[in-house]
Amino acid sequence: MTSPAPKLPISLAANPRLSSWVRFTDEGRVAISPGKVEIGQGIVTALAQIAADELDVDISRVEMIRTSTAASPNEGVTSGSLSIQQSGRALRHACADVRQRFLAAASERLGVDASLLNIDDGTISGPGNVRTSYWELTGDVSLDHDATPGAIAKSAATRAVTGHSVPRVDIPDKVFARPRFIHDASLPGLLHGRVLRPDLSGAQLIALDEEAARAVPGLVAIVRDGGFAGVIADSEAAAEAALTALRKGAAWSAGEPLPDEDHLADFLRSQPVETTVIDTRTAASTKKAARTLRRQYTRPYIAHASIAPSCAMAQWDGERVHVWTHSQGVYLLRADLAIVLKLPAESIVVEHMEGAGCYGHNAADDVALDAVLLAKAVGGRPVRVLWSRHDEMAHAPFGAAMAIEIEADLDADNEIIGWRHDIWSNGHAARPGRAAQPALLAATEIENPYPRMVSTNPPAANGGGGDRNSVPLYDLPALTITSHRLLTMPVRTSALRTLGAQGNVFAIESLLDEIAELRGEDPVAFRLRRLNDERARDVVRAAARRAQWKPQKRSGVGHGVGFARYKNTGAYCAAIAEIEGTDDIRVKRLTLAVDVGEAINPDGVVNQIEGGAIQATSWVLKERVRFDQTHITSTSWTDYPILTFSEVPAVDVEIIQRPEIEPVGAGEAAHGPVTAAIANAVFDCLGVRVRDLPITRDRIIAAMELAS
Amino acid sequence: MPTIQFQLNGAAIAVDTDPDHALLDVLRGRLGITGPHFGCGAGECGACHVMVDDRAMTSCDMPMWSVADKDVVTVEGLGTAERPHPLQRAFIAEQAMQCGYCVSGILISAAALLKRNPSPTEAEVRTALDRNLCRCGSHNRMVRAVLRAASEMAAR
Repeated sequence: MTSPAPKLPISLAANPRLSSWVRFTDEGRVAISPGKVEIGQGIVTALAQIAADELDVDISRVEMIRTSTAASPNEGVTSGSLSIQQSGRALRHACADVRQRFLAAASERLGVDASLLNIDDGTISGPGNVRTSYWELTGDVSLDHDATPGAIAKSAATRAVTGHSVPRVDIPDKVFARPRFIHDASLPGLLHGRVLRPDLSGAQLIALDEEAARAVPGLVAIVRDGGFAGVIADSEAAAEAALTALRKGAAWSAGEPLPDEDHLADFLRSQPVETTVIDTRTAASTKKAARTLRRQYTRPYIAHASIAPSCAMAQWDGERVHVWTHSQGVYLLRADLAIVLKLPAESIVVEHMEGAGCYGHNAADDVALDAVLLAKAVGGRPVRVLWSRHDEMAHAPFGAAMAIEIEADLDADNEIIGWRHDIWSNGHAARPGRAAQPALLAATEIENPYPRMVSTNPPAANGGGGDRNSVPLYDLPALTITSHRLLTMPVRTSALRTLGAQGNVFAIESLLDEIAELRGEDPVAFRLRRLNDERARDVVRAAARRAQWKPQKRSGVGHGVGFARYKNTGAYCAAIAEIEGTDDIRVKRLTLAVDVGEAINPDGVVNQIEGGAIQATSWVLKERVRFDQTHITSTSWTDYPILTFSEVPAVDVEIIQRPEIEPVGAGEAAHGPVTAAIANAVFDCLGVRVRDLPITRDRIIAAMELAS
Repeated sequence: MPTIQFQLNGAAIAVDTDPDHALLDVLRGRLGITGPHFGCGAGECGACHVMVDDRAMTSCDMPMWSVADKDVVTVEGLGTAERPHPLQRAFIAEQAMQCGYCVSGILISAAALLKRNPSPTEAEVRTALDRNLCRCGSHNRMVRAVLRAASEMAAR
C-alpha cells in the first residue's frame, strides 16, 4: 500500500510559483509577499514569524510586502479566521521548499553534504568553517519554480520563532504617527473626493442642481453618472463644502420602505425565503417526548462601525487605473471593478493599504469604486475619497438580523431527545468578486445600474452563513437544522464577524442553560456530559477552573457559561461571564479558555480573543442598528453607542497551546461564547431569560414583567 | 484671510486661514500633521484628539479662531522613535492596540491625564479615556499601558 501523494496547502496550490511568495533582496533582506492583508489582527507579524522560522533568518530581516494584484499571490479574501490556516500554511511550506533548494545549492558550492549544513540568520555553514548565505546564492537558485508537494517543514520542537509573542511589526509606526493608514498616505497632486448619498433608504437621485456647488472655492470637478454623483476638490474642506452645496440641489425618489425595527422576528418570518436543511439526524430509538420547549431568539442588524470611515484612492493612466484600498480582497475587488468599468482585469491594479480595524465586509470596496469613478474626471491626478461617519453607519452593509427558533424535545428526566433549530435571516455574504454582477454600491447608482445583490450564504463546507455554528457540537440523539434565507433585502447585509455564529451560539447555549436549570444540573457539568471532543472539554474545564466555577451565589451578581468551536472546525472557546446589576447590568469580568492548535503568536491570539470578547460585550449590551420606515437613524456614535472604557469588563484569557496541531484563526472564536455567557449570567443574576439582543434595561424589565 | 498664530508641538506657527475652519483640517490638510485622525467629524469618537493648553480636545470641531495663541500638541509632539514619550514606549510594551487608528487620540488623552494627575487609578484612567472610542476591543491593554507609563514616570 502506498501513502497518498503529498499535497500543497490550498493557497500554495493556487499560487505555486515560489518567487511570488519569497524573494531574497539586497542588503540581506527577505521579502515575503502574502495574499492576506493586515486589518488590525496582527496577521502580518504572525506570517513574518512563520517565514523567519522556516528560513532561519532573524525576523528583522523579513520585509512584509503589502498585497497587490500586480504581484501578490491571489488568496481570495482575508476573512473567516482563515489567514493563519491558508496563508500561514502556504508560507510555511513555501519557505521550507526554498530552504531546501538553497541547502542543495550550498551543498554543491561548498562541497559538503546538505545534511551537515546549518542555517543561522541566513548564513549557511558546515564543517571546516565553510560558509555561504542565501544572498550569496541567489544567482545559483531560481525561485521561479513551482513549489513541490514533498518539501518538509520543521517539526514543532525545532521552531524557534513561532509559538512566541513577537512584538507586532506595525505598532511602532502607529504610536509614532508614521503614515501607515490609507487615510494618511500622500500622493503627488492628490485631490479629494466626496460622494452624494441619499438619506432615504433606497432613494434614487432624480435631479441635481449643481450651481451652488460650482461656486465653492477649490472645486475641481462635479461628477454625475446616472444616480451617482460626487465632487472633487483640492482640499478635504473644499470637498466637504462642495458636497454640502450639492446636497441642497439634489432631488430624490421616495425610496423603499424599511421593516418595523420593533418587530424584526415578525418581519424575518414573513418574507419569501429559500429553505435549506443544514443537517438532520434521527434517533435509533424513538422515545416519546414528555415535553417540548419552544424558544425564539433574535439578534438585530449590527453595524461594522469601524473607527475610521472607509477610504480609497484611485489614479487613472489612460485606460488603466491604479486603486489603493483597505479591502479584504484585492483580487475580488478588481473583478467587480472590471465588470463595472468594462475593462480587462489586467488594466486594473488594486493595492492594499491599511485602514482602521475591519470586522467583515464594510464599505471598503464600495468607496474604492467611488474613487475610481470620480478620478476618471480629472485625467491622471489621484483622488482620495473618504466616506462620512453618517454614510458609514447608513450605507455600508450590516451584519444580518436573525430570528432563531429551537424546539427541544425532553424526556421525563428532562434529557434532550430531539432538537429542531430554524433560522430566518438574510444571507450573510454579498462580497464582491464572486458573482456575475458587482456587489459595489455605486454600481447600483450609475447610468445603466446593476441590481442590488441580495445576500447569500457561503456553503456549509466553508462554515455556512446564517447557519454557521447552528449544528450543536454536543451529543444530541436527533436533530434537524433548517436555514431560511430571505429573498428580499430592504436593509443591506453582508459579512460581519462570525456571520450567523453569534446568533446561533447565543440560541443554543441559552436553551442548554435553561434545560440544565430545569434538571437542577450544574451548567458546566451538563455541557461536559454532552461533549465528546476532548479539546472541547478541555476549554470548558479550563475556563471553569480559571473562573473558580461556580463562585458562591451573591445577591446582584450572576455567572454564566458559553461554549462553541467556531464553525465547528476552527478554534475552541469557552467563556464565563460575571455580571452585576438589578435591571441595568454591567459585565464585570470575562474568563476565557481557547484552543487554536499551534498559537503562532500567543499574545496575538490573546489580543484577538480579548478584542472579540469586548466587541461581543458591546454587541450584547448596546448595539442595534436603528431605523424608521424610511431611513436608517443610527448614523452617529450618539445613536449607535458602543462600549466605552469605563464599561469594558476585565478579560482573562488562557490559551491551551498545542504546537503539534495545525493552527487556526482566533478572531471570531469569542463572540458566540461570550454572548451566551452574558445572557446566561443575566438569568443567574436576575432569574429571567432575555432572548432578544441587545440585552438592555428595557428588555430586562420586559422579561421581568413577562415572568411575573 | 486672517493669520492665526499658535504653538504647534513646541514651535511657533502662523497660518492664513478662515477662522471657522476646523483645526483638524488645517493640521492634516495644510500642515501635513496626520497623527490626529478623522473619525466622525462631530467630536464623538476622540480619534482627532490634540492637546490644547494641556487639555485633550477634539480638533475636528474646533474652529481655528479658538486656538489663537494657544499651545497645541499632537501625537507627533509627544515623542519620536529616538526619544519616545513613556506612553509611546508603554503602548509598544503592552502591544496596546489592534488596528491602531484610535491610538493617536488615546495617547493624547492619556498624556493630558498624566499631566494633571501623574499617578491615576485604573478607574481614573478609564474615565479619562471615556471620550475615546476603540472598536477593536483593545481597551484593557491601553489602560495597562497608561498605568505602566505613569509608574515609569513616577520612578524617574
